[in-house]
Amino acid sequence: MKQTAESAWPDALHALLRAAGVRQVAIVPDAGHARLIGLCEKDESMRVVRLTTEEEGVAQLAGAWLGGEKGVLLMQSSGVGNCINMLTLPIACQFPLLMLVTMRGDHGEFNPAQIPMGNATQAVLEAMGVIVKRADTADALIEMASGALRLAFNTYRPVALLIGQRALGAKDFRKLTQSVSL
Amino acid sequence: MSKQTEKRLLRREVVKQLLAGRGDLLVVGGLGAPAWDISAAGDHALNFPLWGAMGGAAMIGLGLALAQPKKKVLVITGDGEMLMGVGALATIAVQRPPKLSIVVLDNERYGETGMQETHTAHGVDLAGMARAAGIARSYGVRTAAEVLRLKKRIHAGAGTVFAQIKIDAERLPLVLPPRDGALLKNRFRAALLGPQAAHQ
Repeated sequence: MKQTAESAWPDALHALLRAAGVRQVAIVPDAGHARLIGLCEKDESMRVVRLTTEEEGVAQLAGAWLGGEKGVLLMQSSGVGNCINMLTLPIACQFPLLMLVTMRGDHGEFNPAQIPMGNATQAVLEAMGVIVKRADTADALIEMASGALRLAFNTYRPVALLIGQRALGAKDFRKLTQSVSL
Repeated sequence: MSKQTEKRLLRREVVKQLLAGRGDLLVVGGLGAPAWDISAAGDHALNFPLWGAMGGAAMIGLGLALAQPKKKVLVITGDGEMLMGVGALATIAVQRPPKLSIVVLDNERYGETGMQETHTAHGVDLAGMARAAGIARSYGVRTAAEVLRLKKRIHAGAGTVFAQIKIDAERLPLVLPPRDGALLKNRFRAALLGPQAAHQ
């Protein structure tokens, strides 16, 4: 694959997380994070933990920090809604928490069911006291992620970086109806 | 349907026994009565009692156990708390942390809200659910002898362990731990990681 900014960001993001000493990678899979998750799974310094729901990851990474390890929580914006009450933990106890959230219900969305949570993602996170940053281009993403990571771990608080569909590309459902499925 | 005709185990005695001679055991207490129980057994820097985050206790234990694979980690929580985050049993079973034990003190009630029944009062078998998720060392515990065997397993740090201990639905005076979350976190980290933890 040609290394455009669009295809290179997961590699650069993985390198950033690795260099920062991130050990626990808590995930609910998302197409936007697929390459990054694959890179983390191949990295022996990282432990990828698949969750049944995103709030598990908020609790897990609090435990990780209690034990002296850094982690990251990867999810889709629909998973943010699942996290809200559990965010009590990093807020009340001042745990660092880095959430990298790939957006749905955003720029160019096809699926109406993605709109309510996608549209509310930033507002509900901010209502809980999470610092929210947003990257809408692949070029800006790594610098934004680096800043969010330092903000979370240097100042002991939850920080979410929203990765917009302009950076990711919207899922093309019509095209998928024409492809051969396995 | 379990009617409380048999003599049930008493929660404070069970917890006191599980924590006796705890050494460097790392303990997470689920919100409500389990947090009061671990505090009644003796407030400790390596206790992390929860004042909220319902459904998160077992996963805090997992994150801690993965970060500290050589240390024994014990999560003590309640049936209502475990039911709220029951998917964690699947997540933990897949990870197979080598020294993580999860103990559910099952009084079949939501104690803090007025002793309303939970699903375990109607036959839901948490130990069976944990076993079905893949935690082979999952036990239903009803007697003092079984508590003793469980304690030995927990303190031996032999694999991922789950136990559902049926306890009496008694109402007890609260024994409160400190409630400043940052204090609880910082004293835990300092006790576990040393003074350099403040500079991580």
